Amino acid sequence: MCGIVGIHLKTPGLESRLGELMVPMLGALAVRGPDSTGIAVYRRDVPADRLKFSLQAQGDRVDWDTLADHMGEGATVRVAGDSAVLVTPSAAPDVLAAIPPGVRVVGWGRAIEVVKDVGDAATVSERYGIAEVAGYQGIGHTRMATESAVTTEHSHPFAPGADLAFVHNGSFSNHATIRRRLALEGVRFETDNDSEVAARFVARQVEEGKDLGDALRMVLKTFDGFFTLLVANEDQFAVVRDSFACKPLVVAETPEYVAVASEYVALGDLPGIARARVFEPMPEELHVWSR
Amino acid sequence: MVTVSELVLDCRELSTSEINRALRAAADGTVARIVQPRGRHNLAVGLQNRLTVTIDGNAGYFVGGLCDGPDVTVDGFVGWSLGENLMSGTIRVRGNASECAGASAHGGLVVIEGDASSRAGISLKGGTVAVAGDVGHMSGFMAQAGTILVGGDAGESLGDSLYEAVVYVAGKVRSLGADARFEDLTDVDVAAVRELVEAAGFDHVDAERVTKVASARQLYNFDALKDQRY
Repeated sequence: MCGIVGIHLKTPGLESRLGELMVPMLGALAVRGPDSTGIAVYRRDVPADRLKFSLQAQGDRVDWDTLADHMGEGATVRVAGDSAVLVTPSAAPDVLAAIPPGVRVVGWGRAIEVVKDVGDAATVSERYGIAEVAGYQGIGHTRMATESAVTTEHSHPFAPGADLAFVHNGSFSNHATIRRRLALEGVRFETDNDSEVAARFVARQVEEGKDLGDALRMVLKTFDGFFTLLVANEDQFAVVRDSFACKPLVVAETPEYVAVASEYVALGDLPGIARARVFEPMPEELHVWSR
Repeated sequence: MVTVSELVLDCRELSTSEINRALRAAADGTVARIVQPRGRHNLAVGLQNRLTVTIDGNAGYFVGGLCDGPDVTVDGFVGWSLGENLMSGTIRVRGNASECAGASAHGGLVVIEGDASSRAGISLKGGTVAVAGDVGHMSGFMAQAGTILVGGDAGESLGDSLYEAVVYVAGKVRSLGADARFEDLTDVDVAAVRELVEAAGFDHVDAERVTKVASARQLYNFDALKDQRY
């Protein structure tokens, strides 16, 4: 089991309340995944020539200001506990190469910010002040580990490409085969987690020019196992379920938003939910919303 | 004359256990209403008394599961495993039901006025599942005994690995599962469907024009008199 939640706002009206809406959604699905909790939110709050890097200290305290000073001209840092968001005009490969040992990049791009940690939804939401976060879309995950260890690195979302975030409920059965194939092509992995393989597979599809819809079609062709996936990037928000629809998903759509969750109980308190079109995606049925 | 007062249980104020305990403690004949369910799981579960319970909105998983007696109505849609392991009584859903509706029901009647998702009536053990609309893939999977009536269309692999349960479909069948086959309607079938259509209130189903799906009996051995050990 795991829990998946997401909101994709179609109008700016609720943007200031994104975190406030998502925290109870994560909380409602804490029973599906009490091990770890994570969220990726999207907001355009830096100039177009800047990138944001979501960073986490891996153990010892990190002097974030010193780190920013070493990241080149114009780099600034916003600190929240053991994590920070580095904002910089430098190119992504340069920044990623310069990140010192003891600091982990959990997501990067023009709009995305990622926090994830071991702990239940209430604990992690409180620790990172998720309720105060604004944005135009967000995806979250509550994890019950079945395939690999309970650590922050193993938790979701996985965000292995620019503005890409990926959450998964289920388990892949052929992930080792695909991991070997991707490794031969030069893809590097941080964990032995099955979801990370699919996340990096999607990232590779996107790098080759596919949109999220086509990338997820390739997941359907390539991966075997149980999965409900929610994937987002700067402009898109997409869901897909495996051929047997083994893992649940409920979608609620209104003129203001698309909200998705493993269970309707996570959607029941959203504003305007009584007027929403509520449905469950069919097996292998892709749903992609674009801005 | 007895005055029946309604027992109102509010999900905003009560835990699921408190709601189910209150229902279990109610006298036979009680009319109860569960308000503000907002997708809550496990409502009206494990009741053995003769109650009339209305759930006023959308509910979650296992609604009416393990019940033996009450009449439960949901004025909304429900999540997975509606009426799972129902022993007797009725459960009626005014909207749609998610996966595994009526799973393993031993008795009673589960009526869904909308559509049901995949695996409706999975492992049915003698209960009755009636769906006014469509059912999803793998419905009736390994159903051992009982009846499934589909007022609309059935998805892929209907009746896969059926035992003695029977499925009637008013609309189209996308495909049959392993060891399921179409059979001719007998007078007994028509009478059974007519009775069920009436109980469910399905005006749109003509009992003489449904398609019957039953086991081809190639996957298991029916001969109880053979020297078998279980």
